[in-house]
Amino acid sequence: MAAQELTGAEIVIKALVDQGVDTIFGYPGGAVLPIYDALFQQNKIRHILVRHEQGAVHAAEGYARSTGKPGVVLVTSGPGATNAVTGLTDALMDSIPLVCLTGQVATHLIGNDAFQECDTVGITRPCTKHNWLVNSAKELTRVMHEAFYVATNGRPGPVVIDIPKDVQFQKAEYVGPQNVVHKTYRPKVKGDIEAIKAAVDLIATAKKPIFYTGGGIINSGPFASQLLREFVQLTGFPITSTLMGLGAYPASDKQWLGMLGMHGTYEANNAMHDCDVMINIGARFDDRVTGRIDAFAPNSKKIHIDIDASSINKIIHADIGIVGDAGHVLEDMIRIWKSKAVKIDKSALADWWRQIDHWRDRRSLDYKKSDEIIKPQYAIERLYQLTKDRETYITTEVGQHQMWAAQHYHFEKPNRWLTSGGLGTMGYGLPAAIGVQIAHPDALVIDIAGEASIQMCIQEISTAMQFMAPVKIFILNNEYMGMVRQWQELLHGGRYSHSYSESLPDFVKLAEAFGAVGIRAKTPGELDDKIKQMIDTPGPVVFDCVVDKFENCYPMIPSGAAHNEMILGDDPEAAMVTEEGKMLV
Amino acid sequence: MSNESNIERHTIAVLVDNEAGVLARVIGLFSGRGYNIESLTVAEVDQAEHTSRITIVTVGTPMVIEQIKAQLARLVPVHKVVDLTVDTKAVEREMALIKVTGSGEKRVEALRLSDAFRARVIDTTHNSFVFEVTGAPDKIDAFIGLMRPLGLVDVSRTGVVAIARGPEAM
Repeated sequence: MAAQELTGAEIVIKALVDQGVDTIFGYPGGAVLPIYDALFQQNKIRHILVRHEQGAVHAAEGYARSTGKPGVVLVTSGPGATNAVTGLTDALMDSIPLVCLTGQVATHLIGNDAFQECDTVGITRPCTKHNWLVNSAKELTRVMHEAFYVATNGRPGPVVIDIPKDVQFQKAEYVGPQNVVHKTYRPKVKGDIEAIKAAVDLIATAKKPIFYTGGGIINSGPFASQLLREFVQLTGFPITSTLMGLGAYPASDKQWLGMLGMHGTYEANNAMHDCDVMINIGARFDDRVTGRIDAFAPNSKKIHIDIDASSINKIIHADIGIVGDAGHVLEDMIRIWKSKAVKIDKSALADWWRQIDHWRDRRSLDYKKSDEIIKPQYAIERLYQLTKDRETYITTEVGQHQMWAAQHYHFEKPNRWLTSGGLGTMGYGLPAAIGVQIAHPDALVIDIAGEASIQMCIQEISTAMQFMAPVKIFILNNEYMGMVRQWQELLHGGRYSHSYSESLPDFVKLAEAFGAVGIRAKTPGELDDKIKQMIDTPGPVVFDCVVDKFENCYPMIPSGAAHNEMILGDDPEAAMVTEEGKMLV
Repeated sequence: MSNESNIERHTIAVLVDNEAGVLARVIGLFSGRGYNIESLTVAEVDQAEHTSRITIVTVGTPMVIEQIKAQLARLVPVHKVVDLTVDTKAVEREMALIKVTGSGEKRVEALRLSDAFRARVIDTTHNSFVFEVTGAPDKIDAFIGLMRPLGLVDVSRTGVVAIARGPEAM
């Protein structure tokens, strides 16, 4: 068969199709015009036109996290690429598989400070898992297929392919993905069996065990969540999870302690502190989780399962480290557990549960109810009650609303909760919600937002309108950058430096200006009806939920404190943050 | 988790695909994560396979050294990472070119010492020498120390290259 000669732009499209891509998020510009032209002449790939490249990357993240497939982004050179950097960094921190195609000036212009030129591979090197500058169309097929392989295998992450404009016009032979094998990258997915056996033996001796799980379970796929449920129920142990791991284990189950960490539950954090065996699966001992390192679960043996060898012993010493995919390792662990017919210390475990129930009785997520004013926690509770029986996906922005959502919205399934965990990117939630909605057109997709965060990528309402993505933007409007204000209250003597939002837009009118529907709720009495109205509205909705301006997010581990030094209520005097702690914010 | 009293010096060999930007990735990893580079050498070692070998001398606590190796190993174009200080007994060599100017007794003394260090004179004028000296880094340090009062004006060092002893390849 004669070799198939295609232009670089056609190679890009064909490779995307062969990789199973049906949707890409992008924004055109001079250096990607040939690819946009090739896109115009086909109908296998749908292009979602965003309003800012950051939105394209977050939308692709939303698409990826809700489907388990890689998200694909297409942007132009220079500002197109630099605008994508925040999204790429976000995806790197949260291990989200993305393939971002950037245009570049023609090869003979590179290095000449040409119009819309920037050193894209240089700028994106530290914020991608890997990147490539393609020097000729001959390399393009290989790089395209390698990029998908690298983005999705091992610990997932974003990759960038920088394609000069002349390369998009050059002709070269196309080869299918089955003919491309990466030279060096072979991530380890199967855990070491001896280490897994040792882990099972250690777990069997536990008197005060806890499962601490993270986004690695979600990234491993729905099967890993199934296996986690099986193993947790087999052992009868308590389980907590990071922000990234919510939904891997059903929140309605009695063994579920809620989220851990800075704004985690009292029972989860105290159980972490007092445990004797910790089983960490796919979490990375992030500083929001550990609190003070030298006081972190001081009397425990730790098992750490992670697909990335560099996560093990990075922050916390692991007594048993297992490098491998969460699903594979859990599968082996359950098999070995069953074959050894492990007998756990049931009376010790019963004592442990009694202690945990005692912590639970503190009801750390409780808050002061009000009949006059909408408490933000109440708003999330009602939103949860009114949407939980539907196919619902929740995204968030970053701040107090994000933590309240994590505390008061409960997830039964993986891939339903999308939030910017590692980077903490305000502006993530709306474009991510659009990405989810594009992938799941019939689902109810809600961005739980703050009035400050939402303004960072608010232009994407226009995208939602154009592509009839009926996302619901649920703004907890307290007129403050709430988390900033909370920290200023606790650490900086209540000097609210620039955390009050002057001149907020009228969100209802703003929605209408975009052609969307705006709804405002001001009292607890009207909240349910308004939420129902939001759900029943067929198109995008901006919901301006006017909440208590001064509510703080509790419980909380102040910076520099240990897990058993939580502040429970609204008592700032209790938040004795040390000078050292202030630097950890 | 740094323990200042526990600092170790390690020589790490990294076999990489010789693709564009690979050195920038390695250097960026060290600067981005706050690790130290004492020396770094790089050259292609297999033209047919397009592989390069990078030899890095670094210092850190055992935990930091473990992190450095794990972080290097997860770079996509990296074939292999070997800690020559821990995993194997290794030989280390460095080469330096050293310029000494002067005349009279100091010039004679410099030449006599160079002989003791088996340094070669590779350039000379009436008032200068360029010595080529090869050896372990501390030998070169010692030679430079001796040349300093004798008119040392310029030093160029390659940084350490290292290889495991015995028949095994990397």
